[in-house]
Amino acid sequence: MSASALDAAFFVRWMTASAASVNREADRLTELDSAIGDADHGSNMRRGFAAVAKALEAEPPATPGAVLMAAGRQLVSTVGGASGPLYGTLLRRTGKALGDAEQVSVDELRAGLRAGVDAVGQLGGAAPGDKTMLDALDPAVDALATSFGAAAAAADEGARATVPMQARKGRASYLGERSIGHQDPGATSSALLFATLAEVAG
Amino acid sequence: MSGADGGMTGGGAAQVGIVLVSHSGPVAESVAALAKGLAGGGATAPVAAAGGTPDGGLGTSAELIVQAARAVDGGAGVALLVDLGSAVLTVKALLAEGDELPDGARLVDAPFVEGAVAAVVTASAGADLTAVAAAAGEAYVYRKE
Repeated sequence: MSASALDAAFFVRWMTASAASVNREADRLTELDSAIGDADHGSNMRRGFAAVAKALEAEPPATPGAVLMAAGRQLVSTVGGASGPLYGTLLRRTGKALGDAEQVSVDELRAGLRAGVDAVGQLGGAAPGDKTMLDALDPAVDALATSFGAAAAAADEGARATVPMQARKGRASYLGERSIGHQDPGATSSALLFATLAEVAG
Repeated sequence: MSGADGGMTGGGAAQVGIVLVSHSGPVAESVAALAKGLAGGGATAPVAAAGGTPDGGLGTSAELIVQAARAVDGGAGVALLVDLGSAVLTVKALLAEGDELPDGARLVDAPFVEGAVAAVVTASAGADLTAVAAAAGEAYVYRKE
């Protein structure tokens, strides 16, 4: 498909494929979370994205913005951990930024995701460098100016870069220096979503 | 279980509703009972607990929070007190993005247990939402050592 016109079906494919990716990687996410968190990130994300896929399949929204807003709403409702409101806010705010357009360009998606990522930072009071999902999301959105592949690579690199960081937000921050040496589970799942986006964009 | 009790006082103006959001169902229920107990016979403000996940596990449930807020909403506003982490973020996300919470719902920045007691006492005395939130927040400045 043309990379310059992304329609609702493209975003449904992204979310459905994300449910599959998250399901496949859930054990790894939970393992990372058991090192510095409360060992529920994989199961929470699996539950949330399964609900997203089910909702989008039952009632496919007509626009890209509506797809992402519906997905975000499901995540807030079903995840049960901090990743629910955080990813929910990311998708809802991005969806809201895309408005009612039936198709959006990659540049419009990038601008929407920037609004979404900023909202996540505001909600969690976090910034890049705090060892959170923002360390993957922030560089990924910038790299989307180049290509979907570049965004996926930047997200992956950002997630890996959390290993030597000390956590300053969330439960991991209670561990202080002992949070160093572990890859952040939220940054890892964020990288997974961007890897899936690149796959779907082909 | 997260039902409301209390409700509007007979014939009087509606009172501010209180929602207690914890990662644990038993914690939310117990803090609600504690706050009502310490407020004594005057505890007339509606209080609802929204603890844990719908299946009884530890976590935060947007669904239980929305149910609880609707149950205690009498039109005078709803004060939501939260414990930590995803409880804070879920309420903030619901307030920022959605339309699920009643108008006049507000996240109150207060310590969970002490704030709950202060909120139930002031709401039961007929204080408005701003005064309830202020009383709950004041619990932060009471030092224990």
